[in-house]
Amino acid sequence: MKRSNEPIFWSLFGAGGMLAALIGPALVFITGIAVPFGLIFKPDTMSYAHMLAFSQNWLGKIFVLAVIALFLWHAAHRIHIVLHDFGVHAVTLVRVLCYGGAFVGTVIAAYTLLKL
Amino acid sequence: MSARRPYVRSMDGWWKRDAYFISYMAREVTAVFVALYAIVLLFGVVRLSQGEAAFNGWLQYLTTPWMKVFHLIVLAVFCYHTWSWFNIMPKTMPIIFFGGKRLQPGTITGTGLVASVVACLAVLLIVRGMS
Repeated sequence: MKRSNEPIFWSLFGAGGMLAALIGPALVFITGIAVPFGLIFKPDTMSYAHMLAFSQNWLGKIFVLAVIALFLWHAAHRIHIVLHDFGVHAVTLVRVLCYGGAFVGTVIAAYTLLKL
Repeated sequence: MSARRPYVRSMDGWWKRDAYFISYMAREVTAVFVALYAIVLLFGVVRLSQGEAAFNGWLQYLTTPWMKVFHLIVLAVFCYHTWSWFNIMPKTMPIIFFGGKRLQPGTITGTGLVASVVACLAVLLIVRGMS
């Protein structure tokens, strides 16, 4: 019997979903609302110098990569299933586009972070 | 002989028939916003690698009215994701027995939600402390 690759994708989906559920609202609030609106945090919270220092630190790199990559894999898995539910039956194409997109995003994020 | 043309029931709008299906769709469609937010962050990382001017351009872009509205929607969707994620967790995780009794669905959901409030507050405090 051919072994299913489903557990790999499901684990990435689960990890991304858990990370998003635990800290997603806080991240969106900080990067998308508080800092752009100038609330709560100091104006230079997301300055070039701060973000560069954060992303040059190994823990920072791992954190940023984990957030971007796992969110993408989580979303890819769900979107792939929801398209099926909407009656899109081009299974292989949908899989290639969804998981391929997440893969490309992960590679770009990893490569960029390593270079910093 | 002509080719068979079997009846295939249309799938159009099947999920609008039932409140349960609508909540299922709402839960699954949050993924689109999770992906969009990850893409915004990915752009930020790429711009960061291109130097200060490029990164400041990205920061400036975040302050445009459209991006502010977008992030308000994303925040609402992420909160819904958190709620729905722990709401279905009793069904998605293996059954756990605790002291001979099955861990109740309400306990699992409640623990998850409390964990997320604590984790979010921790992230906010850490970022406030770092800046």
